[in-house]
Amino acid sequence: MSHAAAMNMDVEIKTHQPIGLYNGKLGMWLFLCSEIMFFAGLIGAYIVLRLGTATWPQPGEILNIPLTGANTFILICSSVTMVKAFQYCHLNDKKKITLYLFLTFVFGVIFLSIQAVEYLKLAHEGLLPNGGINHLYGTCFYVLTCFHGCHVLGGVISIFFILIKSLLGHFDKDHYAPVELVGLYWHFVDLVWIILFTIVYLI
Amino acid sequence: MNTQTQVITEHEIEHPNYMAVWAALLALTVLEVGALYLPFGKLVSVLTLLALSVVKAVLVGMYFMHLKFERWVLIAIIIYPLMLSVVLTVLTFLSLYRHWF
Repeated sequence: MSHAAAMNMDVEIKTHQPIGLYNGKLGMWLFLCSEIMFFAGLIGAYIVLRLGTATWPQPGEILNIPLTGANTFILICSSVTMVKAFQYCHLNDKKKITLYLFLTFVFGVIFLSIQAVEYLKLAHEGLLPNGGINHLYGTCFYVLTCFHGCHVLGGVISIFFILIKSLLGHFDKDHYAPVELVGLYWHFVDLVWIILFTIVYLI
Repeated sequence: MNTQTQVITEHEIEHPNYMAVWAALLALTVLEVGALYLPFGKLVSVLTLLALSVVKAVLVGMYFMHLKFERWVLIAIIIYPLMLSVVLTVLTFLSLYRHWF
């Protein structure tokens, strides 16, 4: 695309914002709205199954709460680094953008690694998604945490791509849409984990 | 045209003190895990933990996702599925909680 054509497109984007949001941001928020309903369905099913079951393990009886508490801390840290990357876009500091995106990526990988270790440990102890020591509990646990984990994986892959773009110098105070959009998704994933950690691990 | 060439013309985005929000989230997480070991009754314990997690979720939404600084029209779009989800979840819980406590 020629420079003139790109300028024309920029003008079009500037003028075509009927509700004051650019299309990508509106699209991301609509996607997140559908995700709210998706996780609400899963949590609702969990409530029905749990309250309809006579025996359910107590918090900490099977799951390792301190380990997952530490993992929650890591995900919260990753949200902070993500939003700092967004902040440094506005401050036009390309090195800081890359640094904070890299930290977010690392925190995301650590979160997934700890979750994988937790799964292996639980499977070794007999808690399986399709049977084992407590069939229903295992199914609920793995479905909820694994769906969330898949979302984290999607976020980590997205962060990896914008990290590459950041290394190539694509982002500054006027060009930050991918950082903002991936950031919104990442914060949503963090928010969902805050709820899941309480419901699945602590209650 | 890819997103890298989008010149964003939204209203000025504010950046609050993110480290203060991070500290609050960390403190609330420690409180949550600590509350588990306090000798509360089941109902009090559950309500406390749910309240703490809601506060944390609100902090993330308001400050990290910038909902506090967004336009009302975006809030209006989000509030509908959010309230519907909350109402459906609470109604599900209320219809079954007698079997639990």
